[in-house]
Amino acid sequence: MFPSIQNDLAIRCQGLRKRYKSRSGHVDAVNGLDLDVHRGECFGLLGPNGAGKTTTIEIFEGLLDATSGEVEVLGMRWGQNDDTLRQQLGISLQETRFPEKLSVYETLVLFRSFYRQGKNPAEVMDAVGLAEKAKAWVGKLSGGQRQRLAVACALVGNPELLFLDEPTTGLDPQSRRQLWEIIRDLGEQGRTILITTHYMDEAERLCGRVAVVDRGKVIAMGSPAELIASLGGEHVVEFAVSNGATLAPAELENLPAVREARNESSGIALTVTEPHIAIPALLKELQARGLNLVRLTTRHASLEDVFVHLTGRHLRDDEVSSS
Amino acid sequence: MTKYHPLKELSLARLREFLREPEAVFWTYGFPLLLAVGLGIAFRNRPVEKIYVDVVEHERAPEIAHVLKQNPEMVVETHGEQECRDHLRLGKSSLVVIPGTVVTYLFDPARPESELAHQRVNDVLQRAAGRQDPLKSQEKLVTEPGARYIDFLVPGLLGMNLMGGGLWGVGFVIVDMRVKKLLKRLVATPMKRTDFLWSIIGGRLVFMIPELVVILGTGVLFFKVAVRGNVLAILLLCLVGAISFSGLGLLVACRARRIETVSGLMNLIMLPMWLLSGIFFSPDRFPDALQPLVQSLPLTQLNYALRAVILEGASLTSQSWRLLILAVWGAIPFFLALRWFRWN
Repeated sequence: MFPSIQNDLAIRCQGLRKRYKSRSGHVDAVNGLDLDVHRGECFGLLGPNGAGKTTTIEIFEGLLDATSGEVEVLGMRWGQNDDTLRQQLGISLQETRFPEKLSVYETLVLFRSFYRQGKNPAEVMDAVGLAEKAKAWVGKLSGGQRQRLAVACALVGNPELLFLDEPTTGLDPQSRRQLWEIIRDLGEQGRTILITTHYMDEAERLCGRVAVVDRGKVIAMGSPAELIASLGGEHVVEFAVSNGATLAPAELENLPAVREARNESSGIALTVTEPHIAIPALLKELQARGLNLVRLTTRHASLEDVFVHLTGRHLRDDEVSSS
Repeated sequence: MTKYHPLKELSLARLREFLREPEAVFWTYGFPLLLAVGLGIAFRNRPVEKIYVDVVEHERAPEIAHVLKQNPEMVVETHGEQECRDHLRLGKSSLVVIPGTVVTYLFDPARPESELAHQRVNDVLQRAAGRQDPLKSQEKLVTEPGARYIDFLVPGLLGMNLMGGGLWGVGFVIVDMRVKKLLKRLVATPMKRTDFLWSIIGGRLVFMIPELVVILGTGVLFFKVAVRGNVLAILLLCLVGAISFSGLGLLVACRARRIETVSGLMNLIMLPMWLLSGIFFSPDRFPDALQPLVQSLPLTQLNYALRAVILEGASLTSQSWRLLILAVWGAIPFFLALRWFRWN
């Protein structure tokens, strides 16, 4: 047990576990997850699909019961202060299909009516850039507009804590950037935001702190910069050779400034501290082995690299690692 | 500062969604209207069948033909015997009368209209010849409004619609919201769950009123159905029926996660009532062994009560035990549904 009054904590979670029955026994969707979210921060749960992010956030939202573990939200617990809690939470679920034949404004007024105190629906429409669509039926909105409406419905009760579950999944790049701006503005207003995502760029841009979640556990936590720094090198050099079947990544780890080497689907990736030292050494090594370089790129290391470093897998299923 | 009332907003949302969905409006109002008009036309009272009689040429033939022609429903022709026999064989006439000291009737007993013509023609001729019927009797024709098939049908259609509307209007709407995860989203707000349920049931009661007007109005305007009952009593009865079926609708929807599931459940509940509850014909026609089942169905009781109140002008108090059965059918599913309801 921990003390109930932790004013600087928006969410405190210890040993969270959620077990589902399945055909072959059971599945632990969340398997001993610990994390603290401070008031006023934008916190990201980053992990691949099926990591347990949505189960975790829905337990925080009071929509699912935990199998075991301690959860306090805004210093309160589900089952004791539900209405008070609900009044202070804004929630955007992973997938909600709002009534298609209601207008944007009507939908917001409906959600506003559930809260004792809140924002003017017109003001919220402005904040998410939907003022022009006030009278448009929800069924006529684009994917990005619908997602902004979902955020607006979460905002209309003027919540202290905002939950956004995969807010930009399936959106085009422009809609994603629009939504990022909205979320960043909300964060700057001092609201606490918990966001789940499997996009590492989203977590890097929006979140002050990130918990990397895999198989129902937090495997790393910190600011994006800290997590990237934990790799030991901030740069990634990716290259491919035309006849490189015999080249093992481990053989390159002794090169100067190289911290780690791994196979990628289309070549080899090196995590390096100083590219201007590592690259000449790499070229020399390849030449000595008689290998032809067909591609070489460098980039800054990302949370994706952190995830690959920790798990050997990529965040998204479509980027298959062959290591 | 604007005040927001959740129940009002939820009800408004229901109303808007319904009115903006042309299909829902059609199935609720247009379909029963078409059904009433179609069945009304199909079962409208036909003019009385004519009786076609041929009389074989004979010296007494004009006299017999004259007597028969006094009856407006008889069409009488006089021909040679062979022609008369041909007419009978081809179905152009139902009976051939061969005059003589003994009058002979030629007819095919396998044809009901032939048998009927035989009876009627014989009666007419016997009476004309001076027969006295020892038993005094009189005939009264029941073709006035209130006793025709369409009069029977209209309250039945109303009952059927109250059932279908209650089940679909509540069950389908809830499962649809569950499928779309809207229910989950609403539960994530501080919305009171009772507000939500009342808005759905309230919406159903509001949509029921035009339904009542459309069906009864069609009956009154097109088919001259005589509404003898008190309008308020009819409205109250329909309200009780609508609430009762809303309870059942809530129950079928309380756990279903897919539209297919809830559609199947609703058809399962409605099918026995379509068959047994006296929409198209009286439920009294079923064998005694089935009567306990037939009589325990809510739609049976609603239809009895609707017919009594609309057609006979019965009071609601005279229908109180039927109302009680309806109330039980509404209340028990309602509380079970509340208990088992799957919000997430």
